[in-house]
Amino acid sequence: MKFGVVTFPGSNCDYDAYRAVVDTFGEQAAYIWHKDHDLQDSDVVILPGGFSYGDYLRPGAIARFSPVMREVIAHANRGGPVLAICNGFQIACEAGLLPGALLRNDSLRFVSSAVNLRVENAATMFSSGYSEGQVITVPIAHGDGRFTADEEVVSELESAGRVVFRYVSPAGDVDPSFNPNGSVNSIAGIINEAGNVLGMMPHPERALDDRLGSSDGRALFESLLAKVEA
Amino acid sequence: MSTVHPRPGDPEITPDLVAEHGLTPEEYERLVGMLERVPTFTELGIVSALWSEHCSYKHSRNLLRTLPVSAPWVLQGPGENAGVISIGDGLAVAFKIESHNHPSAVEPYQGAATGVGGILRDVFTMGARPIAMLNSLRFGSLDNARVRYLFAGVVKGIGDYGNCVGIPTVAGEIVFDPAYEGNPLVNAMCVGLMHEEDLIRAKAEGVGNPIIAVGARTGRDGIHGASFASEDLSEASDAKRPRVQVGDPFTEKLLLEASLELIKSGHIVAIQDMGAAGLTSSSAEMAERGDAGVTIDVTKVPVRETGMTPYEILLSESQERMLVVAHRGRESEVKEILAKWDLAAEVIGEVIAEPVYRVTEGDTVVAEFPGSRLVTECPRYTPDAREDDDIRVLRERDISAIPELAEEADPAWTLRKLLSSPTIASKAWAYRQYDSTVRTNTMIGPGGDAAVLRIRGTNKAIAVKTDCNGRYTYLDPRNGGRIAVAEAARNVACTGARPMAITNCLNFGNPKRPAVFFQLREAIAGMAEACTALETPVTGGNVSLYNENPQGAVYPTPVVGMVGLIESVEHVTRSTFSTPGDTILVLGETRDELGGSEYLATIHGVVAGQPPLCDPAVERSAIDALLESIAAGAVTSAHDCSDGGLAVALAECCIADRGAQTGADVSIDASASTQARGVLFGESQARFIVSSADPAAVEATARRHRVPVARIGTVTPREAGLTIKAAGRTLRSDIDSLSAAWHDAIPSIMSAPAVALAPHEPEMAGV
Repeated sequence: MKFGVVTFPGSNCDYDAYRAVVDTFGEQAAYIWHKDHDLQDSDVVILPGGFSYGDYLRPGAIARFSPVMREVIAHANRGGPVLAICNGFQIACEAGLLPGALLRNDSLRFVSSAVNLRVENAATMFSSGYSEGQVITVPIAHGDGRFTADEEVVSELESAGRVVFRYVSPAGDVDPSFNPNGSVNSIAGIINEAGNVLGMMPHPERALDDRLGSSDGRALFESLLAKVEA
Repeated sequence: MSTVHPRPGDPEITPDLVAEHGLTPEEYERLVGMLERVPTFTELGIVSALWSEHCSYKHSRNLLRTLPVSAPWVLQGPGENAGVISIGDGLAVAFKIESHNHPSAVEPYQGAATGVGGILRDVFTMGARPIAMLNSLRFGSLDNARVRYLFAGVVKGIGDYGNCVGIPTVAGEIVFDPAYEGNPLVNAMCVGLMHEEDLIRAKAEGVGNPIIAVGARTGRDGIHGASFASEDLSEASDAKRPRVQVGDPFTEKLLLEASLELIKSGHIVAIQDMGAAGLTSSSAEMAERGDAGVTIDVTKVPVRETGMTPYEILLSESQERMLVVAHRGRESEVKEILAKWDLAAEVIGEVIAEPVYRVTEGDTVVAEFPGSRLVTECPRYTPDAREDDDIRVLRERDISAIPELAEEADPAWTLRKLLSSPTIASKAWAYRQYDSTVRTNTMIGPGGDAAVLRIRGTNKAIAVKTDCNGRYTYLDPRNGGRIAVAEAARNVACTGARPMAITNCLNFGNPKRPAVFFQLREAIAGMAEACTALETPVTGGNVSLYNENPQGAVYPTPVVGMVGLIESVEHVTRSTFSTPGDTILVLGETRDELGGSEYLATIHGVVAGQPPLCDPAVERSAIDALLESIAAGAVTSAHDCSDGGLAVALAECCIADRGAQTGADVSIDASASTQARGVLFGESQARFIVSSADPAAVEATARRHRVPVARIGTVTPREAGLTIKAAGRTLRSDIDSLSAAWHDAIPSIMSAPAVALAPHEPEMAGV
């Protein structure tokens, strides 16, 4: 199975995503340059974290116009899996692959920390390796992670089970003091209607090794591998 | 030599103009002697930058020579953009620390951000990929609204820059003391990883090779930044805010990737950051190291605005620029790599056989200096050194006569007070703003004794930390210099790492004052003693002088950045207790040493007394004993005992890991002459707190190294709280109140407003 990791100018988690796929799971990966129009036969596209175009204008607002995004959108429209992490989530929202937007954290400060997430939907191709309600630990590192959308969209996301991950307390409860950025309904990750584009602010590719703090991100990649190889 | 003519419109060279450029009359005479004529305005500008304290180290170079700089693992010592040490397996670590104090004092956000940018470039120009950032910060008291503004701005500047470039900020230290009120210290350290064969040095070599300016265009920002950093701050300093550069981390990220690609490509001979004094110092230093001549045509330099004079182009400190010497004929390959990253590259000069440093504007020579003398002829000074009598009196004060406060009858009160003092309290408010996990190597991030990063493809890891206690150095500079090295070494050792080498950043006042030069001389001597005993040579660093304002100088603050090597990741050790039932041991001797302590400063508002004595040989034995115990698998946790003494160190072991707190039941035997407060809060050196499931093994190892060792208690469940019996006193506390004191102190202070207004600026009286 092959993962294509898109490198925009200013991406800085492309390396982590690439190494995760190759070192941890022994799968193939390729860096895809943002000026190219070739996804190199990737089965899964990763839009990685970072500061594409320096977050100028707004995070993700310029990257969505990168040449390669035409192919990424076509891949998504064909049902190809897209894993959009952190800045990748911001880009996916800007590109219309996912609804809503990510605003400045309510603290107005960048926040880097390990957080607890509750798996809200374990029936997606990205989360089938978890159980519903499971609480996992994954790092976040962002300044603009406050998910927002209009009421109608939020209630559609909630009722259709499209909220995949939510920020919670260690005990698994939704609690404003464990919402690191002020996201509406403590939303940390959502999926598109077709179920093949996941956007999330936390970094599963940084949670693959207990020696680095957590290996709770592994099940996300394992879910994808099981799905795509099936 | 060519004929050099002043440019039309250049000001006349007068004594006032010379003084404005920071040159003494004697230095000016030396310049005229070297040129054998009166310099042009452009030449005066060049020399004012290169002979500034910041670029020339004129007051410190003679002293720096006395530091040990070599060891078999040192691949590159002082004199390059960064030092480099081998860590085996064909891998090497490049690292360096640098100050950005003056800019941060007037413009904290950009000052700190560009400090991060500059030190990153110093490391990747060696051919290393940056893998970690550290920061050593000093501020005044957080009770002051402007200090809160400086602190918040500096932290945000560090975070925004490092986060955007994608380098984890993993460790450092933050100290608050009124001595830094007017002059905050902002020292940034970068650590990079490379294959030994990729090591590249910044030497202009090969006659005919083109010199290429790479990266951002040159603007009028930051002109005279180097000389600004070489004078005292005053009320007029705010007016020099335009001398502070503005950073663009996005361009830096592109420049980082492009530079590493360039170095790998083999198309280039040398690469150097255009940092302080910009194009001038980068080109002159490369020429000096390469023993070659260079010629540069300023009309070829890509600029941001029209009408820039040679003087401005040469002295601009616009950020995110590099100077590259390429192999002749490879210009288009170099440009192609830069173009891939949307960066500009222009040939602006070449390496020449004639031993001159020449600047032209088209065909007209506007500046020319003979050979490398521009750098080597810089004056060096060894001014008078004399200890300040007032400081000697402070040191000799009998602090045992200071009576305890009534509240101190309950030592838990004292402990909570110390845990909530901002210097000791948790710094999570700051480091939560730093991405510490990007690049997925961080095994121990901020908050540990030192940070630990795994080395991919090996079973090794490195540990990194900065340290310095300015109060000790103020009261006893030689001892303080030793302790800066020893404490950094201990912190690194607590994670299981063998201390390998240091970089240092010497932050002092005005060296022309004998009291300051005495501190500088003694602190360097102390560092040299400790570096020798610990076999941690100095591989480079930075000197920042003139950290003073009309109210006085900062504490002498010789910051040490230490790199240690962990041979096997299985040995990585944390500082916090984890396992109730483990035995708690203390390695090292506890003496009645409260001089210069955090206890005296926080509880009594006193800075006095003889600071704890540091014997580098004893430090070495303690570190050896600890490392051997860790390697034998006998150590569950290890924590350095420093600010606040045993009581604070034990409390930190219980509370620092918020998700896994414990209690502890401790009883300490000390010599009868030691008061309880000396045992609890004294800061004797060369001590570690260790928790162990196999205390007999730790004891046996310590004895073999002739290190005093004592079983002092047991790790207990959180509910049991913390109990410490010492010299007839019992300290008893629940964990919640200790945890709240330590974790909540800084967030609670920082919720108060911060204002940019300088204390001396009158408030606007209603508009």
